[in-house]
Amino acid sequence: MRPVYLVCGGVSKFAKARPEVTFQAMVKEAYDYALADLGLEFGKAAELVDASVASYFSDHFMRQLKAGSMVQDYLGLCPKPSRRVEGGGATGGLAFQSGWEAVASGRHELVLVYGWETMSRVNTWKGNEFIALASDANFDYPVGGFYTGYYAMMVVRHMREFGTSLEQMALVSVKNHGNAVHNPYAQKRTAVSVEQVRAAEMVAWPLTLLDVCVMSDGAAVVLLASEAGLARLERATGRRARPARVAGVGGGMDAMRMADRPRGEVMLLPHEKPGDYPGLKYPGVHSFRAGRMASKAAYAMAGIGDPAAELDFVELHDAYTSSEIQTYEDMGLARYGEGGRFVESGRPFLPGLDYGVALPEQGRLPVNPSGGLLACGHPVGATGLMQAVFALWQLQGSIGRHFGNERLQVRNARRGAIHSHAGTGTYVVVSILERAFP
Amino acid sequence: MADEKPAKLPESVEGKVLFNVPFPADLRQLKSMSPIVVMQPYRIDYIHSYGQDSPFFAGLANGRLLGTRCGACAYSYGTPRLHCMRCGAECEWIELPLEGSVHTFTVCHFGGEQFLKETPFVLILVEWPGVATLFLSRLAGVDCARPSLDWVGMKVRARFRRLSRFDPTDVYFVPA
Repeated sequence: MRPVYLVCGGVSKFAKARPEVTFQAMVKEAYDYALADLGLEFGKAAELVDASVASYFSDHFMRQLKAGSMVQDYLGLCPKPSRRVEGGGATGGLAFQSGWEAVASGRHELVLVYGWETMSRVNTWKGNEFIALASDANFDYPVGGFYTGYYAMMVVRHMREFGTSLEQMALVSVKNHGNAVHNPYAQKRTAVSVEQVRAAEMVAWPLTLLDVCVMSDGAAVVLLASEAGLARLERATGRRARPARVAGVGGGMDAMRMADRPRGEVMLLPHEKPGDYPGLKYPGVHSFRAGRMASKAAYAMAGIGDPAAELDFVELHDAYTSSEIQTYEDMGLARYGEGGRFVESGRPFLPGLDYGVALPEQGRLPVNPSGGLLACGHPVGATGLMQAVFALWQLQGSIGRHFGNERLQVRNARRGAIHSHAGTGTYVVVSILERAFP
Repeated sequence: MADEKPAKLPESVEGKVLFNVPFPADLRQLKSMSPIVVMQPYRIDYIHSYGQDSPFFAGLANGRLLGTRCGACAYSYGTPRLHCMRCGAECEWIELPLEGSVHTFTVCHFGGEQFLKETPFVLILVEWPGVATLFLSRLAGVDCARPSLDWVGMKVRARFRRLSRFDPTDVYFVPA
């Protein structure tokens, strides 16, 4: 397979509702930003881009089928080919990898991946219902389908199995909201304290309103290129690109019904040993086997042996504070059972930012330096692409230019991971990005 | 032709409700007008089949809780599945014990629109010794205001609705 580069990206403002624009125009906001950042004119881009991937989750939210073709024509990309990719919350990450495949395989030189969601088109309760329809509609949804409830059941088992505490979960919220204060793209830019997280309205015990991401309208795009594609862009713009290379990709799945998850042996990463997890029944409902599978494949491809030591930052799918802790473990940033202590140690925080809490260690491996889903918002089809854009900007060292301040820039970031996750850990994808310019 | 009435579509009262209909005298001002937001109701009756899982729902209507067991490898399912995930062989129906225990739980204070009026309610995953997978259900008869990790492991007993709805809430659990 050929090397694939992430060249540029754009993100629309994420907000609770964007009634002033249709989804096509919202995607164009992100697309125009990406083109301007690269110095590429709209008509020239339409000429150079070979194909696109459309990333959106729910037809229900728009009551519009085949919406991808409406974005394709709005962006002036007809008659170039396109396809839609969908996989619940992981839609953005899956679409990113679908774009990667189209370039890596040699089929296309330049592929645009665009994603969005317009969740404000129904009220929140109806939105919860639509999202819950992404659980088994015969056996799970009718019992009281509610995703926060499903994740709450998973973390209750994590608490019981490993002693994970409510305060440890709240620290994830403190960290991600604290980061987003400095991210102008974020939907929520208010710092919170552990006490505020615990005192917030209970959604599904033990998860409160501040443990849970919100619904959003938003869009994001990325442009992927082969080496020949990069050369095309450089000729057209007269500038040297500052791309990231997609060094590894991985994916995994688990059974739709949580009830069906097996209880067997842990799937080990290279830095773990048989015997590390005596008696642990895995994945049960406390861990995401798909996340482990995705990480393992992505690390193997990128040549990563010990992720905590070899990654400079991670943008991961924190739809819930609890799932961020569980994901530290799946991704091997902490051992299974130690995710709560990992956040408590201070390591996933950004060094040099004041979060209003005393942390034993300085941040060493910032996780969700952007603020993650918890604070940026989660317009489903855009989310995984937003992570890719923020990761590219980290690797370019261009956070200051895009955010208007340097506070969230990870110093000398050379390699990062993005992680996209769907309902209770059904679809999970991990991609590794590396700085690919001098 | 001149005597005929002009063709027209039939009139109805199914129009949209508009919340604002601004229109400026100067067309250049149109781009600053508020978006028009309309209410679009959408209701569907699905002719849904439970297919090979249908006996489970017949079981609930008759006060019986059914799971399945693989005929080839004997892996057992607390939520029925008619083909084994492990070996692909066809499964057989088995009757599950009415008493099990709580593997994990939550108390839902919010939810999807359909269940909002039922909040707060308790969701549990039920486990049985010797059954490899779990079963999602509701737990009644506990205090939703005082959840505790000690609920994990609680012995619970199945109860059945008298008036079947033919959905999985025809069974629910109470503390044993």
